[in-house]
Amino acid sequence: MIRTAATILRKDLRIELRVRESVPAMTLFTVTVYVLFHFGLDRDSLDGELASGVLWVTLLLASVIGVSRLYAAEREQGGVDGLLLAPIDRTALFLAKAGALLLFLVAVEIVAVPAFGLLLLGPGLGGALPELVVILALGNVGVAAVGALVGALAAETRARELTAPLLLLPLLVPLLISCAQATEPLLRPDQGPEDLGRWLGLLTLYDVVFVLLSVAVFDYLLED
Amino acid sequence: MIPAIELDRLERRYGERRALAGVTLTLEEGRTLAVLGANGAGKTTLLRVLAGLLRPHSGHARVLGAELPAERWKLPAQVGYLGHAPLLYRELTGRENLRYHARLHGVGRERVSELLGAVGMEGRADDPVRDLSAGMVQRLAAARAVLHDPALLLLDEPRANLDPAGAELLEPLVGRASGRTRVLVTHDIEGGLAEADVVLGLKGGRQVAAGDVDAAEARALYQ
Repeated sequence: MIRTAATILRKDLRIELRVRESVPAMTLFTVTVYVLFHFGLDRDSLDGELASGVLWVTLLLASVIGVSRLYAAEREQGGVDGLLLAPIDRTALFLAKAGALLLFLVAVEIVAVPAFGLLLLGPGLGGALPELVVILALGNVGVAAVGALVGALAAETRARELTAPLLLLPLLVPLLISCAQATEPLLRPDQGPEDLGRWLGLLTLYDVVFVLLSVAVFDYLLED
Repeated sequence: MIPAIELDRLERRYGERRALAGVTLTLEEGRTLAVLGANGAGKTTLLRVLAGLLRPHSGHARVLGAELPAERWKLPAQVGYLGHAPLLYRELTGRENLRYHARLHGVGRERVSELLGAVGMEGRADDPVRDLSAGMVQRLAAARAVLHDPALLLLDEPRANLDPAGAELLEPLVGRASGRTRVLVTHDIEGGLAEADVVLGLKGGRQVAAGDVDAAEARALYQ
């Protein structure tokens, strides 16, 4: 199954490298929103709760773009039929799509987090970067698991561009709370990893629950 | 002879509409079934049910010994499907597409090279599919359908977009010369009748002709 998932993932990454669709759109969206906040809030810098909220809400909204396009090639070019006609475990498709979304998010954050620091952050990330990377990594796993599931569900609907955000965003609320709360102390002038363990534990639990749930129900989403 | 396909009062609905209503037939191994009928008669639905892509809603269906829908997991290794959509990614080259499908089927790269040569696409194999003509895409799609050397071929207008030379190239792979059991959906009445051992005529999802069908009966299906 892992080998099949790797085959599908390689194909998805190759297509993304050629069409340059999802990652540039997500990155541009994220940086644009940070620029809008920079001017809209009319403040030189943000810190604490506000900074953490702006960082995470923007990243999660950007993920909607990725989720909406995650199954585009399968839907528009018959890829799902191709997979159903192959002797493979369908869970491999879920793993591949979650893996692709995870890599897209990492690529976006490599640009978006420095842009956020430059445009909006008062105290700077300083020594808090390792903790932030851990929070981002756990957040990405959760978004990837939920996104791969919701993307498959939305791909089967007529109003898929509407369905994806309507399903995705409510499911991401617990993840948003955990990520924002874990990040908030890191973005205060007197930064420190306050309560970090508790929020990281919650994030890990969210990731485990949604990965298992998605694996359990994904097969049924591909039924006619 | 062992039956490759056995259908008994097969029914498939889309909402309230019955796309297939009571189709009954038997096709023995190595034989060709031609499915004729006007647009919307249920031909493609029948192919998709036989491929395991759609569930039958009632009746009995057994394909290559697999009861549908319960045992449809047995089908992918044995069935080759060439439908309206080529099931190829436009941004990938022909070779990349075939290698991708070959990996999914656990088939080696040498089979990909062999088939690219067989369909006359070795020279354009590294061009993205979006840059190829419809006929070339159809040749690649045929190569994809037979990558895993399936026992049963489900073919929906396999010669669509092909010039005579292209059609001749595909004959050993998907034609009668392939020696495989075939279900052939076509609007080419004379061609279909010439190739078929058994004919199934569909009208509005209902079976209106089966077995030996002459050209006049076949034409009546389209009126």
